[in-house]
Amino acid sequence: MRRGPRDTAESARKISRRALVLGGAQTVLMGTLLWRMQSIQVDQGAEYRFLAEENRVKIRLIPPARGLIFDRAGRVLAENEQNYRIVMVREDAGDIGAVLQELTRLVALAPEDISRAIQEMETRRADTAVTIADRLTWDDIARVAANAPALPGVTAEVGLSRRYPMGADMAHIVGYVGPVSSYDLEQLENPDPLLRIPRFQLGKTGVESKMESQLRGAAGIKRIEINAAGRVMRELGREEGRSGADMQLTVDTKLQNYVQQRLGNDSASAVVIDVETGDVRAIASAPAFDPNMFVRGISVANWDALNERDTPRNQQKRPLAAKAVQGLYPPGSTFKMVTALAALEAGVVDPEETVRCPGHLEVADVKFHCWKRSGHGNINLHESLKQSCDVYYYDIAQRVGIDKISEMAKRLGLGVRHDLPLSAVGRGVAPDKAWKREVRDADWRIGDTVNASIGQGYVLSSPMQLAVMTARLATGRSVEPRLVQSIDGIEQPTGEGEPLGINDNLLRRVRSAMYDVSNHRRGTAFRSRIIADAFRMAGKTGTSQVRRITAEERARGVTRNEDLPWERRDHALFVSFAPYDNPKYAVAVVVEHGGGGSTAAAPIGRDVLLHALYDGLPPLEAYPSSERARVREQRRRMELRDFDAATESDRA
Amino acid sequence: MSYLEYNTAYTPTGFRKLLFLNWPVIFLITAVAGAGFLMLYSVAGGSITPWVEPQVKRFGLGMAMMLVIAMVPIWFWRNMAGVAYGVSLLLLLAVEFFGATGMGAQRWIDLGFMRLQPSELTKITLVMLLAAYYDWLPTKKTSHPLWILIPLLFIALPTLLVLRQPDLGTAILLTLGGGTVMFLAGVHWAYFASVIAAGVGTVWAVFEFRGTEWQLLKDYQYRRIDIFLDPTMDPTDAGYHITQAKIAFGSGGWSGRGFMQGTQSRLNFLPEKHTDFIFTTLAEEFGFIGAAALLLLYALIIVFCVASALSNRDRFSSLLTLGVAMTFFLFFALNMSMVMGLAPVVGVPLPLVSYGGSAMLVLLIAFGFVQSAHVHKPR
Repeated sequence: MRRGPRDTAESARKISRRALVLGGAQTVLMGTLLWRMQSIQVDQGAEYRFLAEENRVKIRLIPPARGLIFDRAGRVLAENEQNYRIVMVREDAGDIGAVLQELTRLVALAPEDISRAIQEMETRRADTAVTIADRLTWDDIARVAANAPALPGVTAEVGLSRRYPMGADMAHIVGYVGPVSSYDLEQLENPDPLLRIPRFQLGKTGVESKMESQLRGAAGIKRIEINAAGRVMRELGREEGRSGADMQLTVDTKLQNYVQQRLGNDSASAVVIDVETGDVRAIASAPAFDPNMFVRGISVANWDALNERDTPRNQQKRPLAAKAVQGLYPPGSTFKMVTALAALEAGVVDPEETVRCPGHLEVADVKFHCWKRSGHGNINLHESLKQSCDVYYYDIAQRVGIDKISEMAKRLGLGVRHDLPLSAVGRGVAPDKAWKREVRDADWRIGDTVNASIGQGYVLSSPMQLAVMTARLATGRSVEPRLVQSIDGIEQPTGEGEPLGINDNLLRRVRSAMYDVSNHRRGTAFRSRIIADAFRMAGKTGTSQVRRITAEERARGVTRNEDLPWERRDHALFVSFAPYDNPKYAVAVVVEHGGGGSTAAAPIGRDVLLHALYDGLPPLEAYPSSERARVREQRRRMELRDFDAATESDRA
Repeated sequence: MSYLEYNTAYTPTGFRKLLFLNWPVIFLITAVAGAGFLMLYSVAGGSITPWVEPQVKRFGLGMAMMLVIAMVPIWFWRNMAGVAYGVSLLLLLAVEFFGATGMGAQRWIDLGFMRLQPSELTKITLVMLLAAYYDWLPTKKTSHPLWILIPLLFIALPTLLVLRQPDLGTAILLTLGGGTVMFLAGVHWAYFASVIAAGVGTVWAVFEFRGTEWQLLKDYQYRRIDIFLDPTMDPTDAGYHITQAKIAFGSGGWSGRGFMQGTQSRLNFLPEKHTDFIFTTLAEEFGFIGAAALLLLYALIIVFCVASALSNRDRFSSLLTLGVAMTFFLFFALNMSMVMGLAPVVGVPLPLVSYGGSAMLVLLIAFGFVQSAHVHKPR
């Protein structure tokens, strides 16, 4: 069909008109687009730029290396060991089952670990690394690495975990770390973000717990760029953290090991302190446990065993308790020095004055007995301490009064909390009238004073406090125990202390009586003496009742400890220091339900002191000849660590 | 109808035709495609694989086809319009039965060397057929209802087939593209007014019948609309695309973060960053200046096409050129609106920039017709 020129021109004009209309619409639309670009990019640009940054930059914490703990000789007590583990990413693994099967062929995996890992992988994001196995050997890791192509999504990682090379020996001092619990987080006002890192470990007991802030260090910060899938693309920057402070303790591991072995499986504790500086050389509590179990996450069976779930109540030995600082016992006769000094200082009794001991004393119509039924006859201060006469103290305590005795006890370090970085350090009780009113809401009775005079009744103290008391008696200074020798190489103040302000003559008399306790044939600890002249020991035995002896029982004759069930036997105590002329160490020993202080506690105290003085096993010549065979036999049974060999191999 | 009806005082022949090409349009197309290559290089993290290399090859092939088409007289293409339309309709039917499924919709046929999307082809064949139809139809019959039904049928057939795939973006482009040609041909404005009224009614119906048996769209299409209206509704799933696209777009600021420095796209926060959402990468890396510059290039292509059409006294050439320009405009306007959150996400690529073979080839073929019309216009 042919169109005429007019028709063509007409059509062209129409097209032009319509095209202009459309062009106008297009222009408006493009203007809208341009306006929109401007508003998003220019007006709100900064806002979107911020959102983009927030999208891509994440901050990760770098856990610091925990501070190490050494003993006074530089032996490692707590260290960080490389911990190899295998992690798996579901997304990269593809068929989880097949890969795990392949993995089981290479590494021994527990079925419950596998099912736990599968469950975790299924519930978490596909790109999350889930730990399959922990604490693997280098061989396992090497096998996994060598078979990497057959194990998609599986990688080996290395982290740090705590190890306690001294095991049970240091369990009650160093303590242990464990995973952060929600309870731990609740306890803290403003928890360190580090604690929220999965698998981060926190001190739970002992020095690990009390020195947490120094040991932990500060987290480093890593700024990383992540992509939309949350995968790390690159590191943008990093601020190094600060490793935790290394710590040196005053404890001598060799001595500690010996003491722990010497206590054996008894429910007992012992403390050795340097009388000059207050340095704690050993704090042993038996039985102990292996702290490494807790780092790994303790099994239910082990936990039940440590808590003695299956042990009858009356046979429980409480291995988790650090008895040396937590255990509070009636100090028994070891308290007599306190009563004596209080009375002497008050001037209510002269050292040479004698008191008649008929075997008992009647006070306010109640008969208080001496341990020796036949009595000691006329007895002065020196003899009363040496033979541990009770009636002498019943008498002088009534003269001086409880408040002065309590004050003396506190001056000597009983009934006050010593500042040690250990868990649940016991405060004990040095009772006075106000204390009873406040705590028991009752009036103080004269019978209470009589009981307190020989360290029974309300008086309670820990082995640590008894050791401090002994050190103070030995030096006349208010020695304070010190456990941390240095932090990051900075020496901590020693516990030398101010003079006690007790007349030196009085102290000398008490010390000389203590000397005779273990060196005079009528002394209560004569059998446990030290015969090496340079290291003569002064001490005091204690036997504290855990039951009340009724009048009928007494009429029948006091039952011998050996005939009683274990939990009703007396606690055996012994405090001592040596050398007598130039005191170096003070020791306190408590054997729960051990029977008599002279038979159960004094030999241990003596052995421990000798080990400390000789810095190792003493020659048999230091023991009385009658004891040597027994000591030899005892040593044969002990399994002591060979520290000299260990240091040898360390150097190699 | 033969070439004899053209009053051609002078028609270039042989290689002289090359001198009469619409060179500004060729330069502009190359510039836009070049920007596309740069962006594909950037989103691949500074690598010509996997996207730049095939894209460049397709562009080369497309340019060659454009030039070949430009050499062939426009009246040949007018006579082929019916055939082309028929073939593309058959291909659409073929997709219906043999097509492969990609992104939840049946869209392409695998030809071995490339995946052909017949729906892309239809966009241009429909415009061709309508231009030829109105060229043939005497002008006074243009607004006659009977003669309006025929082009409506031409538009409806491929649109319905495309909707069945389902591909809402292409369906919208086909309807708007076809409607534009009818408008340009001079169909009475009252028809358009009633269609717009009907459209508004349909939108109302779409929302009104939601959740009933008479539901007009698929659930995912409703969800797209919901999320378009409120992207924060679901920031991790479907709304994620829109939110992240806006963040990328906005973070470019005035002058952008610099070539290859776009963190949003490089770190995969952007969805479809090499295809439908490539404009966000450009906006992020080159900022408002870059985005506006691309818009300017597109606008210039339209301007040169419109100028060529208005100076062409041949009705077919004029309608075809304007139709192609309008389709091209709809492409980038819809894509940009979608990326900037002005329109729902319907899956329209950014012309000549987005990675993809069919769209690129079809657009270059369309510009081949524009060139042929320009070369062979009555002088």
